[in-house]
Amino acid sequence: MADASSERDTPAKPRLLSDPKFRALVFQILASITVAAFIFFIVRNTLHNMELRGISTGFGFLDRASGFGILQSLIEYNETSTYGRTFLVGLLNTILVSALGVFFATIIGFIMGVLRLSSNWLISKLAAVYIEIFRNIPLLLQIFFWYYAIGFNLPGPRQALSVGESLFLSNRGLYLPAPVFEDGFMATGLAIIGSIVAVIFLARWARKRFEATGQLFHTVYASLAILIGVPALVFFATGSPMHLDYPSLQGFNFQGGVAVIPELFALTLALSIYTAAFIAETVRSGIQAVSHGQTEAASALGLRPSWTLRLVVIPQAMRVIIPPLTSQYLNLTKNSSLAAAIGYPDLVAVFAGTTLNQTGQAVEIIAITMSVYLLLSLIISIFMNWYNAKMALRER
Amino acid sequence: MNFKRISVLTATATVGLMIAGSASAGATFDAVKKKGFVQCGVSTGLPGFSATDDKGNWKGIDVDACRAVAAALFGDASKVKYTPLNAKERFTALQSGEVDMLPRNTTWTYTRDTSLGLNFAGVNYYDGQGFMVSKKLGVKSAKELSGAAVCIQAGTTTELNLADYFRANKMEYKAITYDSSDETVKAFEAGRCDMLTSDQSQLYALRIKLSDPSSAIVLPEIISKEPLGPVVRQGDDEWFNLVRWSLFAQINAEEAGVTMKNVDEMMKSADPNIRRILGIEGVKGEFLGVEDKWAYNIIKQVGNYGEMFERNVGEGSALKISRGLNALWNKGGIQYAPPIR
Ligand SMILES: N[C@@H](CCC(=O)N[C@@H](CS)C(=O)NCC(=O)O)C(=O)O
Repeated sequence: MADASSERDTPAKPRLLSDPKFRALVFQILASITVAAFIFFIVRNTLHNMELRGISTGFGFLDRASGFGILQSLIEYNETSTYGRTFLVGLLNTILVSALGVFFATIIGFIMGVLRLSSNWLISKLAAVYIEIFRNIPLLLQIFFWYYAIGFNLPGPRQALSVGESLFLSNRGLYLPAPVFEDGFMATGLAIIGSIVAVIFLARWARKRFEATGQLFHTVYASLAILIGVPALVFFATGSPMHLDYPSLQGFNFQGGVAVIPELFALTLALSIYTAAFIAETVRSGIQAVSHGQTEAASALGLRPSWTLRLVVIPQAMRVIIPPLTSQYLNLTKNSSLAAAIGYPDLVAVFAGTTLNQTGQAVEIIAITMSVYLLLSLIISIFMNWYNAKMALRER
Repeated sequence: MNFKRISVLTATATVGLMIAGSASAGATFDAVKKKGFVQCGVSTGLPGFSATDDKGNWKGIDVDACRAVAAALFGDASKVKYTPLNAKERFTALQSGEVDMLPRNTTWTYTRDTSLGLNFAGVNYYDGQGFMVSKKLGVKSAKELSGAAVCIQAGTTTELNLADYFRANKMEYKAITYDSSDETVKAFEAGRCDMLTSDQSQLYALRIKLSDPSSAIVLPEIISKEPLGPVVRQGDDEWFNLVRWSLFAQINAEEAGVTMKNVDEMMKSADPNIRRILGIEGVKGEFLGVEDKWAYNIIKQVGNYGEMFERNVGEGSALKISRGLNALWNKGGIQYAPPIR
């Protein structure tokens, strides 16, 4: 290409202005400068006018004590913690509900997507009904529905449903015994990490062997044995350094144990069921995109139907499924901000809600909150793109 | 709800842009006068303070604060439009100019007055935070509430007072924070929490919203000072004066015995104080930038402070709240307005 242009240009002196590459560069620089100047102008003007109107600005508030309580916190938090900490608490709560949502939505979505294609009329129609209902009702209404239907119809804490006096279900949530780790638990922790690493290597080895010799290895069973067996052995060998803290009713409420609050439960359920309906459609279209000839060829080779699905159809379908699946994960994460509606303390409720209101620093807080969602979305996208590249067709 | 949430975000995001318009003195006053009505920020429905009646008309003492300003400025108390706001949205709505004044059972605090670019124009109701519990619990005092789950509304002073009270008394609590007051009430009714906490007057207002009001009781403890009053943006003293003196005129009228009914007769009164209040002699409406009969218009159309109180939250209403702190200073309360002279 360079050759062609230099050949053509040799007679005349190269004129910069008529060079399309140069012109493109100039316009791009001009456009960037305009955008930057615009942003600069807006920011400066806003700061100036906020000062004029006596609205305080800056990020100093992040070090001030918050003074309010938060319903659920994954890290140590109390009223004397800073607003910076309320941000972390909210962020972790958002990540928790999003991760749970993505996990369950994927499972339900894949199952429903496959069932939708079932040759059994009833099953495929049931899956279709599920998809059509949950895809078409606004998410917010679904969140309210699960919250009111489940959270509000359970008995009060004094009449809680219990299983063996260790598990309690009431309108205050599900209380479970909490594990309390003692001194010697370190070894078990290391054993868990070690066995995960071992399983990864085992899977690699089994794959290589399969590709080289065609011999199958029972990776799943072997992995399970390692994952459960090794840590369990170490745990008992070190004298079971862990006990359970059981919840018990004291006064108005349960004390001790861990609580799954109804807000978390309803939100996870609504997000999973709603997003799963979209994922199911994605999965269905992905599977249908794999040409029927592939399935026929597989059965001609004598592959069992379940193997055909696992080894031939799904790997090819994944390439179609992953990009829209990524958008669904992004949607779910962003939709989790509807949490505030039912009082789940996510980032929007705790930080862009209460913290914003107590400090009045709307511009800073909304900017931080928006950046965080942007960052979360970018992380998910990067991960899914990596996974997509991994799943792409490779020639051998 | 969803719409609300989005609108608060967009409003917040646009604050930056809106604030870009420069703040010049008298801007709000002139703008309101020009458009011909007051845009009034009220609650989404709190009986007695601001709520719509069965015909869809806004009623309440906060609504009357805006009506009084409209009466003073336009001679017509009906020249008001309302924007319902939940606790979280209210200050952003005022800062960004979406509303001209905010008399939305809003507590006057140091932070709000000094760091939000806002000014409180007066106190139209002296309140304090209280607790409402279900009768079934058999609780007589807030001190017995350790370990309780508490329903509250986000973006209120309530959240901080609650934390302070429980911390000071070394009690545990779990706060479940909702965006709207409707949901807070629903959650309380469904038993998600043991108690609901808010300004005490509002507890009475919310209680009549319960399907069975007698199933809940309001505990005697008052744990905070909540002076509620109308708020305006900083930087327009003319507007601030008008809002402030519309309220003071009502309080002064009650003190002088001028009522909605007798105001026309009072125009013939020889009492110099009454003559000044009604704009007949001594002071001029032009100090406020309005006509001389401004206070007459307020009293004639909205009533004096006492009448407004009784009609909306007192004996004439379903709330039946007694005057208490809100009685005039010479009748055992602390409502007190500087003189009109
Ligand atoms: N006075 C307090 C509380 C005001 C407040 O918002 N109270 C709730 C009572 S639960 C309310 O009025 N809600 C009505 C609404 O959101 O429309 C403050 O200024 O922060």
